[in-house]
Amino acid sequence: MIPLSWYLILAAGLFCVGLYGALARRNALAILMGIELMLNAVNLNLVAFWRYLTPNLISGQVFVLIVLAVAASEAAVGLALIISIYRRRSTIAAEDIDMMKW
Amino acid sequence: MQPEILAWLIPLPPILAFFLIILWAYRNNRLSHTIAVGSMLISWGLAMVLFWVAIRVEGLGHHPIVSSIPWLPTGETSLQFGILIDPLSAVTLFFVAWTCLAIFLYSVGYHNFGKRRDPDDRPGLPPKAGGIEPMYARFFAFISLFAFGMLTLVISDNLLLLFIGWEIMGLCSYLLIGFWYGKPSARDAMVKAFITTRIGDVLMLLGLAYLYSATGTLNFRAILFDEQVLHSLVETPSVIGGLSTAGLIGILLFLGTVGKSAQWPLHVWLPDAMEGPTPVSAMIHAATMVSAGVYLALRFFPLLTAGWHEGASLTPTMLVVASIGAFTALFAATIAVAQVDIKRVLAYSTISQLGYMVAAVGIGAFVAGAFHLITHAFFKGLLFLGSGSVIHGMEHGVQHTHEHVDAQDMFNMGGLRRKMPITFWTFLIGGFALSGFPLLTAGFWSKDEILADAYGHGYLVVFITLAVAALLTAFYTMRQISLTFLGHPRTDAAKHAHESVWTMTLPLIVLAIFAVGVGWVGIPEHFPVLGGLVPNWFHDFVGGTLIEHPHALDFNPVPLIVSIGVALGGLLLGWLVYRRVPAGVPDPLQRWLGPIYTVLKNKYYFDEFYHFLFVRPAYWFAETFTYRWIDRGLIDGFLHGVGRTALRVGSFLRNAIDLPIVNGLADRFSEGVKWLGRTFRVVQTGRVQEYLIIGLVFTGLLLSYFLLVQP
Repeated sequence: MIPLSWYLILAAGLFCVGLYGALARRNALAILMGIELMLNAVNLNLVAFWRYLTPNLISGQVFVLIVLAVAASEAAVGLALIISIYRRRSTIAAEDIDMMKW
Repeated sequence: MQPEILAWLIPLPPILAFFLIILWAYRNNRLSHTIAVGSMLISWGLAMVLFWVAIRVEGLGHHPIVSSIPWLPTGETSLQFGILIDPLSAVTLFFVAWTCLAIFLYSVGYHNFGKRRDPDDRPGLPPKAGGIEPMYARFFAFISLFAFGMLTLVISDNLLLLFIGWEIMGLCSYLLIGFWYGKPSARDAMVKAFITTRIGDVLMLLGLAYLYSATGTLNFRAILFDEQVLHSLVETPSVIGGLSTAGLIGILLFLGTVGKSAQWPLHVWLPDAMEGPTPVSAMIHAATMVSAGVYLALRFFPLLTAGWHEGASLTPTMLVVASIGAFTALFAATIAVAQVDIKRVLAYSTISQLGYMVAAVGIGAFVAGAFHLITHAFFKGLLFLGSGSVIHGMEHGVQHTHEHVDAQDMFNMGGLRRKMPITFWTFLIGGFALSGFPLLTAGFWSKDEILADAYGHGYLVVFITLAVAALLTAFYTMRQISLTFLGHPRTDAAKHAHESVWTMTLPLIVLAIFAVGVGWVGIPEHFPVLGGLVPNWFHDFVGGTLIEHPHALDFNPVPLIVSIGVALGGLLLGWLVYRRVPAGVPDPLQRWLGPIYTVLKNKYYFDEFYHFLFVRPAYWFAETFTYRWIDRGLIDGFLHGVGRTALRVGSFLRNAIDLPIVNGLADRFSEGVKWLGRTFRVVQTGRVQEYLIIGLVFTGLLLSYFLLVQP
C-alpha cells in the first residue's frame, strides 16, 4: 500500500504549484486557478488523513465536500468579478488592479 | 355742601388739569390753557366760598374746619391726613387763590397766545420774535402742578402733608426756573435753586422727625393748640445744650423757611431764579412759594415762641429768627439799590420783604407778620407781572428796531408811562405799596404794624434795622419806577414799546385793587382819625389762630412818624436822583458811593464766596477726590490689580503648564502617529499578490517560531 507520506508530498507539491500560480501569475484567471490548486491540495490532505488515520469517522469526507462547495462558489464569484473588472478596466492583469491603496 | 368737603376739593382741579394736559391735551394750546385756567377758576371759586364760610364762623380759631382720615399706619398710631381751615390758612388761601388765578390768566398773554409759532423758535429757548411759546402747554401743566402743591400746603392739617406740598412746589420751582433750559444761565439757576433750598428742606425734615419723635404726632392742632404739649416741649432739654426741645425743633423748622423764603445765608438762589418766565417769578418766587416759608414760620409761631410771653426778653430761637429776618431785610435792600435788571431789583426786594415778615415772627408780632405776608403777596405779584409786561413791551421794541439792547436793563428804558399807561399806573400802585406810601396803600399798614410792634415791645435794634431797610426799599422802588417809566426813552426800543394785551393787563388791575384795598382790613383801632372807622378785622380774625388772642398795640406816634418819614423820604430821594437820567450815563449812585456801589452791584460777592467755599470744593471733591482718587485710583486700581493678577496667573498656567506639558504631549503623540502612518503607508500598494507575499512571509515566520523556537 502506498504510504501516507507520498500523498502528503504530492499534496505539498500541488499546494506549492498553486501558491506559485497565485503569487507569480499576472493573469487574474491564472491566480484563480492557482487558488483552486491549493484548495485541491488541501482536499487531498484531508482525504489522505481520513483514510489512513480515522477511517471510521466521516468528518474527513464532510470537510472535503464543504471545501468543494466553497471552491465551486468561489470560482463562480471570482469569475464574475473578473468579468466585471474586465468590462470596466479592459484588463485582468493583477498588478494593474491596484486602486485600493494610499 | 359741607365746608370740609369744599376744603378737600380745593387742590384737586389743578392736579387733574396737570394730568389732563400732560397725558392728553398737550398738543392743543387752547385746550391746555383752558383746562389750566378753568381748573384754577374752580379752585378759586371753591376757595372763595370756603373763605366766606370761614369768616362767618364765630371763633374760628377755637373751632376750625377740620377733617382727617387715617393715612399711614405706623405701629400703634397712624399718620393722619387731613385739612385744617383756621384763620391763618383761610386768609392764606384767599391770597393764594387770587394771585394764582391772576397769574394763570396773565400767562396766557405772556406766552403770546394767539400769535403764530415762529419757525425759528426752539423748545427750551424764549421766543425771539413774539411768536407763541413752543412749550406752551407744558408751562400750563407745570403751573397747575404748582398750584396743587401750594393749595395742598395751605389746607393741610399736619406737617407731613405740608412738607409734601412744599416739596412739590420745590420741584415745580426747579422745572419752571429751567423752563427755558436752552439757556445755560437758566440751567445753572435751576440747579442752584434746587440745591440751595434742599439744604433748608433737609434740616426741616430733621425738625419734622424730631417733632414726631418728641410728640408722637405731626398734627398742627395737637401740637400747637395744646398748652400741655408746648409746655412739655419747653421743659425738656434738647440734644443740644442750652436749647429746649421746642427751641431746637423751632430752629430746624425755621431753617426750612430760610431755604424756601430765601433768607440770608440761603438767599442766593432767588435772584438767579429770575431766569424763569416772569409769571413764574411772580407766582412762585414772589407771591406763593416763598411765602410758604413764612407761612410755615407763622404756622409754628406757638412753637417758635414757646416759653415767651409778651413783654419778656426773646428766647434764643426767637433771637435767631429775628436777627436773620432783620439782617436779611436790610442786607437784601442794600443789594437791590445797585441792580440794573428790573426783575433782579424785585427779587432782592422780595428777599428783603420776606426778611421783614421773618423778623416780625421773631419778635412775636404774629398778626403783623401774617398781614405783611398777604399784602406783600399781592403787591409783589403785581410788581412782577408789571415788570413782565414792561419786558414784553421792551422786547416788542427791540424786535421792531433791531437794536441790540437788554430788554430787562432799566437803563435802557425810560418814558414808558406814555407807551404803557395801564402797566405804569398799576406798577406805580404796586411800587407805592411796596414802599409803604402812607395811608392809601396796603404795604403801609402792614409794614407800619411790624415797625410799631418792634418799637412798642422795645426791640430797638430790630426797629432801626427795619426802618433803614424801609428807607432803602422806598428809594430803590422809586429808582425803579423813575428809570423805567419816567423821563425820556433812553433807547429806540423803549420808544417803540407798546402796551400788553388784555389778558396781561386785567390781572394787573385786579392785583392793583388788592394792593390798595387789602390794607384797609387791618387798620389799627387806635390809629388817629382813621382807626375805628373800619374795624380792625384782620387782627381780630387772624389773631384767633393763637390760643391766646394777641393784644392790640397802643398807638405810638414814633414808629408812625418814622414809617411815614422813611417811605416818603425814600420815594422823594429816588425821584430826585433818577428823575431824568439821560442815555449812556452811569448810575448816579456809582459816582457817590464809589467802590461800595461795586460791592453792592456784585451782591457782596456772595455768589463768588459760595463758589469758592462750596462749589469749588464740591467740584474738587467730585472731580479729584471721588473721581480721580477714589474711583479711578482706589476702586479702579483694585479692580485693575485683580485683573492683572488673574492675567498673570493665566499666562503662567498657559505658558508653563498648558503649552509645554499638555499640548506638547498631545502634539508629540499625534506627530508619532502621523510619522507611523507616513512610514508604513508604502506597504499599502493595493496589489493583492504583494499582500499575499507579506502574509506568506509572516505566516512562515510565525510557523518557524512555533515549530523551531518553541517546539
